[in-house]
Amino acid sequence: MRILVLAKPVPDTYGQRTLSLETGLADRDADVAVLDEISERALEVALAHAGDHDGTEVVVLAMAPQSLQASLRKALAMGAHDAVQVVDDALVGADAVLTAEVLAAAAQRTGFDLIVAGNASTDGSGGVVPAMIAERLGIACATSLSSASIADGEVRGERASDGATLTVCAALPAVISITEALPDPRMPNFKGIMAAKKKEIETLRLGDLGVEALPDDVARSIMVEASERPPREAGTIITDTGDAGTQLARFLVANRLA
Amino acid sequence: MSTPQDQTILVLLDRGPDGQLAASAAGLLAAAVALGTPVALIVGEDADALAERAAALGAARVLTAPGDQDALTVPAVDALQAAAGHVTPAAVIAAHSVEGREVAARFALRTGAALALDAVAVERDEEGIVARHAAYGGDYLVTSAATFGAPVITLREGSVDAPPPGDGAGGDIAPEVLDVTPSEAPAARVESVEPAREASDRPDLRSAAKVVSGGRGLGSAEQFALVEELADALGAAVGASRAAVDAGFVPASHQVGQTGVSVSPQLYVALGISGAIQHLAGMQTASTIVVINTDDKAPLFEIADFGVVGDVFTVVPQLIEALRSEGSS
Repeated sequence: MRILVLAKPVPDTYGQRTLSLETGLADRDADVAVLDEISERALEVALAHAGDHDGTEVVVLAMAPQSLQASLRKALAMGAHDAVQVVDDALVGADAVLTAEVLAAAAQRTGFDLIVAGNASTDGSGGVVPAMIAERLGIACATSLSSASIADGEVRGERASDGATLTVCAALPAVISITEALPDPRMPNFKGIMAAKKKEIETLRLGDLGVEALPDDVARSIMVEASERPPREAGTIITDTGDAGTQLARFLVANRLA
Repeated sequence: MSTPQDQTILVLLDRGPDGQLAASAAGLLAAAVALGTPVALIVGEDADALAERAAALGAARVLTAPGDQDALTVPAVDALQAAAGHVTPAAVIAAHSVEGREVAARFALRTGAALALDAVAVERDEEGIVARHAAYGGDYLVTSAATFGAPVITLREGSVDAPPPGDGAGGDIAPEVLDVTPSEAPAARVESVEPAREASDRPDLRSAAKVVSGGRGLGSAEQFALVEELADALGAAVGASRAAVDAGFVPASHQVGQTGVSVSPQLYVALGISGAIQHLAGMQTASTIVVINTDDKAPLFEIADFGVVGDVFTVVPQLIEALRSEGSS
């Protein structure tokens, strides 16, 4: 069985993140990029299954600029067998639909039985690319899974939906996305890091995939304006000397918030 | 030439596990009214029974489609495609919920429409309909537009206020049953549905006007009850920092932040939360922020409208007491 894991390098959320006000795009020069934590969890699901099932191959797939290849190296160091990176200048500013079209085409080219992704990235937080890949490829899809078990020919799990938990089952080939409820990812070990350095990362371009960034008949979503939120003005800070609770109650009442 | 108000805005309404319209319905229809004439789409069994409610919330027409309850997402995508073919909308709006966003996104991909995700507002400018987004947890405000055609927009829950009750036209409305041609796209099967375990009278975290959140400073799951007490005194929803969730004080569904729920309430009260960037990303667009923490260096104080450097276990009980006497006076 081949499991494809979607990996996304994102600006590190433990630092300040920057948007270029000129382009409305992530400022890759200003921010430190890391492999998204939810991508690492998705990889862990695949690696854990591979550990228990001989003959399972785990391949990571990312659409990302060449400069962010370190994230794929990390995935290889964690234990992925191979990595595929789609790199193309025409993809700068790609919206979610184009991203899904590209990843679907790359997945089809690479071949898979199951695609595993995080439920939503920490930067775009759209949470729709896995479902759109399923739509494009005409395969079943089970997203937002808080548990996942992969068996012969199917994948089953609990879907944390709106106000309810659904038990869902999809026949393979399928796409799943997982939530933070799944186990923490493993740390790469020394042997994994050394092995990852020697591995070749396959690079694909749009031309290899037969996907057009701006075809005539498909609308795209583009950024037309971006601005920084004005900083919040400093408020009143008091140190409790015995009546802070009462003062706070007065503040809430005066502002009609009680 | 038709005026904007003649243009149809197709609105996909989510349904809760009880079959009723989800809480997001009012905000979605309010957003649509501002852009044109809202036409609601309701999918699933007994959808017709909800037509009156949708009309009361502002829908001018209601389309329904039965849909196979056991197939995940696909029947709703097929219904949305049929509805759009039927009414030729100027925009399609859905909730940015787990269900709503996937239906909207698959529809957009299937029909080649532009997709705008997690909008906090929709408006018209000279060139048409635009969506506003709060990027990077509200650090940036970004506007997006479609290169051409009708955009598909998912709207963050709780971002558009519902009109006051009784505002809608309501009354008799005859739902129109759509003729849906199934796409026969493979779908996951739903084997069972378990309504969320935490039934409570408290407001829903995503759409609450007030939120009280607790962090690691609460110390234990037992002591986290203080957060719930203050929430009840204020009529607020209960939130938590990731640290409090990781420590097992509360279930993950309460997590506010980059990797949890993003909230934008009128009042956000943070108890014993230092204010990691992860947390700020989920709450800094709140109108009024109140912070109580023993550590005067907690970063959250920098964005507080009212901050108390003090022990939550002495300040909060006094606050609750003062609020109670205020309420009874």
